[in-house]
Amino acid sequence: MTEEEVRYVADLANLKLTDTEVSRMRAELDEILAHIDKLNEIDTTSIQAMAQVLYQAEDTATLREDRELPCLGQKAALENAPLAGAGYFKVPKIIER
Amino acid sequence: MDIATLHIDSIREGLLARRFSAVELTSEALRFAEAENPKTNAYLHFSPERALGTARRVDEAIARGEDPGALAGVPVAVKDVIVTKGLRTTCGSRLLANYIPPYDATAIARLEAAGGVILGKTNCDEFAMGSSNENSAFGPVRNPVAPDRVPGGSSGGSAAVVAQGTAVVSLGSDTGGSIRQPASFCGVVGVTPTYGRVSRYGLTAFASSLDHIGPFGRSVRDAARVLSVIAGRDPMDATSADAPVPDYASLLDRKVKGLKLGVPREYLKDLTSETGDLIARGVETLRKLGCDVREISLPSTDYAVACYYIIATAEASSNLARYDGVRYTFRNTGSDTLIDMYRGTRGEGFGAECKRRIMLGTYVLSAGYYDAYYLKAQKVRALIAADFTRAFSEVDAIVAPVSPFPAFKLGEKIDDPLAMYLSDIYTITGDLAGIPCMSVPCGRTAGGLPVGLQILAKHFNEPTMFRLADAFEAAGGVDA
Repeated sequence: MTEEEVRYVADLANLKLTDTEVSRMRAELDEILAHIDKLNEIDTTSIQAMAQVLYQAEDTATLREDRELPCLGQKAALENAPLAGAGYFKVPKIIER
Repeated sequence: MDIATLHIDSIREGLLARRFSAVELTSEALRFAEAENPKTNAYLHFSPERALGTARRVDEAIARGEDPGALAGVPVAVKDVIVTKGLRTTCGSRLLANYIPPYDATAIARLEAAGGVILGKTNCDEFAMGSSNENSAFGPVRNPVAPDRVPGGSSGGSAAVVAQGTAVVSLGSDTGGSIRQPASFCGVVGVTPTYGRVSRYGLTAFASSLDHIGPFGRSVRDAARVLSVIAGRDPMDATSADAPVPDYASLLDRKVKGLKLGVPREYLKDLTSETGDLIARGVETLRKLGCDVREISLPSTDYAVACYYIIATAEASSNLARYDGVRYTFRNTGSDTLIDMYRGTRGEGFGAECKRRIMLGTYVLSAGYYDAYYLKAQKVRALIAADFTRAFSEVDAIVAPVSPFPAFKLGEKIDDPLAMYLSDIYTITGDLAGIPCMSVPCGRTAGGLPVGLQILAKHFNEPTMFRLADAFEAAGGVDA
């Protein structure tokens, strides 16, 4: 893994990293990915991927009647916002003029 | 009243015989816990008003002659990744240092409805990522048994309070061993139930296909009692199982004669000699109890760490995307644009281990790599699960070590992430397969460090797992 790749992945992850972090991360991820390559020792062509851990119920078991239930409410939902106003979450400007 | 020696049954007996009230017990427990906490840093914060409120309700129920609930008056601690309405829930992260959840997790609601008294929230690795509790933004926890050593992680605080006697039972969470490993390091019982046995509603998501809530206790019986209260179907968690919940404690009949146990040979090769000796003596105790012990093989074990660190980090990178400076309290200052605000907030807010896992998870899910990593890992996960299915067609339970070594020194492994990941080898397999597993104390090393014996059973077979653990505990573990 190159430092350039680390910076690319950090952008995908919306993570600001310092130069020191980038260089450290490169070495650490490299080592971990080298261990992960171990998986290529096993032939899995005929194996079905495990997409569901455990589900011993009918397909419709998680459906419920279509009726209104009490919800959190605007006030409670905004309570932990770093910045809120007029019933909204406030963020820095998105559209440049 | 000695909080450190109380159990759920002795508390119930004391309350019903009016030897003490729940308010008296709670006040004493809070006083003791607050006084002892500086020794370990196991509690992050206390909730005296809430605790005394629950205690008063228990006393009122008793005064009215009503059943005060299965956990009446029991002092409980809760890992700070499980949300509590109106009570700060930090996840051990700087990002959530001031987060006050607007709702209770289902497990919390059930605990309190049963009369359980929540004393406070416990320290843990940030967002439950770690095996030593050193990744907490609020400082590490010291192992109550050996203060220069880690309590294990990520539920280090929840294991430590039970070992220290500053709570009778506690809740933790387990994604790759975060309940069993600290239980083994601190010398207490820790249980990871079947995936879906306990609702995850209100458990801060780390890796959703691997996350579990489970109890710690100073006895198998206490842990079993807590699990009966918190388990069961919950419409708020689609993955919660709709299977009946037994009264696990009532099934502890100590009848283990003839039980077929498997010891996986792949779990014995990298142990330190002291841990290996204690596990061998533990197995000998089970043999003396009449169990039919045989060697088995779980051949995919070698691939478990690689498989786990793909799936867990991929899911984590997605689950942790929500901490972006918009909804959850912390936002960095000085960012002019939205994207800079996201990146700056996350860069400043997350600690090193979370960043590492977000990066790894994002990488394995990025364009062009999905088949090579995530899909491959899901296939290997199927093989690991199939190993267990095959094993459980021959044996009733599996016994194994929890960790290759006992509690290590603070700072000893923090600079080598891969070595830390590799030490999770014996616990992550159970999470990948979704089966119930637990750690029960299995003696101490010459230096006095606790070692845990792991017991694993097939899906929803907690009764056999608990029965075996209880019989082992009653026989004195390895001191028989």
